[in-house]
Amino acid sequence: MASTTRARLGEEVWKSRTDKINAELVTLTYGSVVAQLCKDLDGDYAEVNKQLDKMGYNIGLRLIEDFLAKSNMQQKCANFRDTADVISKVGFKMFLNIIPTIANWSSDNKQFSLLLDENPLADFVELPDDGKAQGELWYSNMLCGVIRGALEMVQMQVDVHFVSDILRGHDTTEMRITLIRYIDDEMPQDDE
Amino acid sequence: MVVYAVLILNKAGGLIYQRDFNPGLQKISANDYLIIAGTFHGVHAITSQISPTNDTGSSGLEVLESEHFVMRCFQTLTGIKFLIFAEPRQPNLDVVVRRVYELYADYVMKNPFYQIEMPIRSEGFDRHLAAYIKPQA
Repeated sequence: MASTTRARLGEEVWKSRTDKINAELVTLTYGSVVAQLCKDLDGDYAEVNKQLDKMGYNIGLRLIEDFLAKSNMQQKCANFRDTADVISKVGFKMFLNIIPTIANWSSDNKQFSLLLDENPLADFVELPDDGKAQGELWYSNMLCGVIRGALEMVQMQVDVHFVSDILRGHDTTEMRITLIRYIDDEMPQDDE
Repeated sequence: MVVYAVLILNKAGGLIYQRDFNPGLQKISANDYLIIAGTFHGVHAITSQISPTNDTGSSGLEVLESEHFVMRCFQTLTGIKFLIFAEPRQPNLDVVVRRVYELYADYVMKNPFYQIEMPIRSEGFDRHLAAYIKPQA
């Protein structure tokens, strides 16, 4: 499937097959989850990142079915570049109505970055001024988990993490996605 | 549209959902359903690996027709299989099966308390599936 076809597909699913809810509700719900975690974990931001990632992972495992059912994709991606294209143009588009820019491919085609020009989760957010959050908290870390969980269900083991965030004063919000391996779950080795 | 039954198999070939909608199939025991599911899973795996056509990456067995019923199988990219048994010469079963997949994505997967890969016991799914497959009832 060509790249432009995917963009159209993402647009169409977003327009006609997605139930929409108030954006503030999402932003505030996500915000209170993160804030509560920070409170409960006593400002241990590394742990907050981890918990957000875990929650996202559980969302991803489920969300992938919705994604496949609604987008009507039946063809496996031919390569990891295709996968990146689908994540950005169809996945992000249909769930968050944004299309992150794909950039910084590694030479072996196993690593790329998603640049979130716009991040609906982080509207209105300013990180706490405790001298730690600015350097440790990845506010939107749930997104990493979502991608990791969703790709795992379609036989791809990946590592996803943030490398920069506008909230921390960087110029861009960038997620780095690395393909670790394709999971071959057909049959166990010694199965005769 | 006369659909006899819907079965859902998880990645490992375990039966996680089975329901009859219209009479037309023989009643068999729960254990036999498990055997059918497991056997079909195996046959599907074989047909997707050994195929007389020479295109690589066969989708495996998709349609099975007999004088008394037609069976349509749809495997998602995540490895779940939906089997639909219907009256012979029923058109558009692929549309039906996709709709069932959407209902599954909504009412099963989006339920936070549903454990993935486990048998489906969901009233919401039952209700919406029945409303779609057998609207008049």
